[in-house]
Amino acid sequence: MRKLALDDDILLNIEKPARYIGHEVNSVMKDKKAVDIRFAMCFPEVYEVGMSHLGIQILYDMFNRREDTWCERVYSPWIDLDKIMREKNIPLFALESQDPVKDFDFLGITLQFEMCYTNVLQVLDLSGIPLHSEDRTLEDPFVIGGGPCVYNTEPLAEFFDMFYIGEGEVVYDELLEAYKKWKRAGKSRKEFLEMAAEIEGIYVPSFYNVTYKEDGTIESFLPNNPHAKEKIKRVVAADMSQTTYPLKPVVPFIKVTQDRAVLEIQRGCIRGCRFCQAGMVYRPTRPRDINMLKETARAMLKNTGHEEITLSSLSSSDYNELEEIVTFLIDEFHTQGVNISLPSLRIDAFSLDVMSKVQDVRKSSLTFAPEAGTQRMRNVINKGLTEDDILNGAGQAFEGGWTKVKLYFMLGLPTETQEDMEGIAVLADKVARRYYEIPKDQRNGKCQITASSSFFVPKPFSPLQWATMQPMEEYIRRAGIVQEAFRNQLNRKSLRYNWHTAEVTVLEGVFARGDRKVGKVLEEAYRLGCIYDAWDEYFDYDKWLQAFENTGVDMDFYNLRKRELDEIFPWDFIDCGVTKSFLIREWKNAMEGNVTPNCRAKCSGCGAATYGGGVCFEGKN
Amino acid sequence: MKARIKFRKNGVMKFIGHLDIMRYFQKAIRRAEIPIAFTSGYSPHMIMSFANPLGVGLTSDGEYFDIELTEPIASREAVKRLNEQMVDGMEIVSFVQIPDDKKSKGMSIVAGADYLSSVKNGSLPEDLAEKLEAFYAQNEICVVKKTKKSEKEVDIRPMIYKLECRNGGIYMRVAAGSVQNLKPELVTEAFARYLGMDDEEVAFTHHRLETFAESEDADGKTVLVPLDALGTEIV
Repeated sequence: MRKLALDDDILLNIEKPARYIGHEVNSVMKDKKAVDIRFAMCFPEVYEVGMSHLGIQILYDMFNRREDTWCERVYSPWIDLDKIMREKNIPLFALESQDPVKDFDFLGITLQFEMCYTNVLQVLDLSGIPLHSEDRTLEDPFVIGGGPCVYNTEPLAEFFDMFYIGEGEVVYDELLEAYKKWKRAGKSRKEFLEMAAEIEGIYVPSFYNVTYKEDGTIESFLPNNPHAKEKIKRVVAADMSQTTYPLKPVVPFIKVTQDRAVLEIQRGCIRGCRFCQAGMVYRPTRPRDINMLKETARAMLKNTGHEEITLSSLSSSDYNELEEIVTFLIDEFHTQGVNISLPSLRIDAFSLDVMSKVQDVRKSSLTFAPEAGTQRMRNVINKGLTEDDILNGAGQAFEGGWTKVKLYFMLGLPTETQEDMEGIAVLADKVARRYYEIPKDQRNGKCQITASSSFFVPKPFSPLQWATMQPMEEYIRRAGIVQEAFRNQLNRKSLRYNWHTAEVTVLEGVFARGDRKVGKVLEEAYRLGCIYDAWDEYFDYDKWLQAFENTGVDMDFYNLRKRELDEIFPWDFIDCGVTKSFLIREWKNAMEGNVTPNCRAKCSGCGAATYGGGVCFEGKN
Repeated sequence: MKARIKFRKNGVMKFIGHLDIMRYFQKAIRRAEIPIAFTSGYSPHMIMSFANPLGVGLTSDGEYFDIELTEPIASREAVKRLNEQMVDGMEIVSFVQIPDDKKSKGMSIVAGADYLSSVKNGSLPEDLAEKLEAFYAQNEICVVKKTKKSEKEVDIRPMIYKLECRNGGIYMRVAAGSVQNLKPELVTEAFARYLGMDDEEVAFTHHRLETFAESEDADGKTVLVPLDALGTEIV
């Protein structure tokens, strides 16, 4: 048996030792002497969160299909082990071989949300890899970042050797081949980065110089190396039915957040909500072939023994063959004791019918995401859900026996008025009223309407990327207005309202649209002891404020400044398919409250058609 | 029909707790396509019950769980299919049919377990056998049992059925199950104290060798038999 990196005395004195031993069903073991490339794939969060991520499972499977490559997994050690590793100088290790991460050729880190950035530094630090790219030598792995946060890499620019912009299925083979060639030639670290920089989708931050204007905004962003491209084009898998998909995903021993087989039915979204980054940067919408999905579902369940399967996509109701795939899953697997976990579907007769087959109506709740309380506000964000849609859907559901409804909203959207804020409570109350229209003897006691709001954070490449945020006190004031409005509703006893904290919002704002200058705040916050910022119990806002003060970086510059349409953004060097002129058009439409139809209803010429696939070409042959 | 499965748990699997071992087997049984029965309802679950949970950190050669089958499957075939689905450190030893009656059901029948406790850190005296004998010869062995709420003093001597030196370690047969249950570490801790040694001087690892039920022998005398001895091979 393989030797573990941690001894029994440590493992038996920390929470959930299974986080650190690897050895799970379908984890891949190889002979390290028989491979050319060792790739450590990291999700910088605790095991249970990291193991729930589909993207890593896809890449893990794809890399390990290569005979010359052994891909292993790395997650952030939890607080208890983090402390022990620092005290005892134990280097961070990969789960499969239990070897130190520092011995690997690559350390790939997926960046799923801004609040994991201090954990990125934790991973580098515990691995004994210099935090700054410029300080690394041939003894260190190449550190490469991927995931949705690469649509603004700049806060992390100093810490990564390169970023992979786009979908992992596309150019990794090319990158790994280049690496083997470089390794055989025995050249310098910089020479490999130059080879990588020539590959489409690969961005090497050290090959670019940024200059700033007096006012702190970017004056120029230009390559300083002849191998570096001026624009980095996001790479996209045009045909989702031809990509690799993990048929044997790793089965964790301990219960993880997403403890089920996940079937990705399509990538991209046709809706075009203006606050949504994913809805823009994953364009065009590309459905997978239904037969591929059926075979994949069968194989995954057989190879994992999972007792539950779920569908994944940005908007499953927009998958053309949704009825067929859901019916297939129910017919084929539900009878064998496999739970079918449905993603949030548009509420209609079909979805209520399938939901009643696979869930206990009395216990389950319906979910709507109106995102805003009034139609005016929903038009601004291009959320196509109307009040009628919600009330009709909820009405049908209530008549079918459901009594619980969850509503999701955003606060702090651009142009938001008091009426929009109070509209959240008014809408929730209307849903409750719809319930109490049902005669008393036909309904199931009281209903429970739960509204939650988070504060809006403008994201790069979304049409609202020009929006100005609010000071923290203003967010709290707005949540107070909503709460007060809830108290004044007729059915207040059936309504609940909760909101997410504002401290995290303002930090997310800084890192979502920050430039290279905010990297030092991050490093200082880490130095002051910040890790696991996504966890309320470890998030320490005072330390963050201290980090801003110590580094002299002004948070308001990033959050409260008005951005002009001609400003050069730190992410403008990325060509993600959707053009800036489209985003400007959509920003203006937002300000005027004009609705833009979805991709299937009418093409808006966003630019994503250049990828040559998906919805842009539906019905054109 | 009911079946009883015996398995071993060794190596790094000792870090996987009881509930996760249950989850592990639920998935393994699906992969092996064992015809297991489910409860009805919206979230059906497998009809399965485990004997005498093993603590994290312990290894075992004698773990058991019972399942309900929808149709018969030959013991050899079931053992083979399950073993094809095991990770290193887990091994299926037997798969036998057990009577459907209530009294052999579930794990209320567990009455004892054998353990081998080996020295992990430190060392034991040269004359271990004599020391153990003298320790075991005491009329009572009092230890402090800690529960979440309180601490109380218990005489564990009646719960130790055998205690002797084996392979340089300590072999013991002790009470196990829902009526009386004695953890091996309570015995070794008491023994170390008896020797005048503290935790720093000697620490043990514990390995469960077998789990027993009460049965009657040919003369009608109560004896302890391994749980799978109560079942029969399915052919």
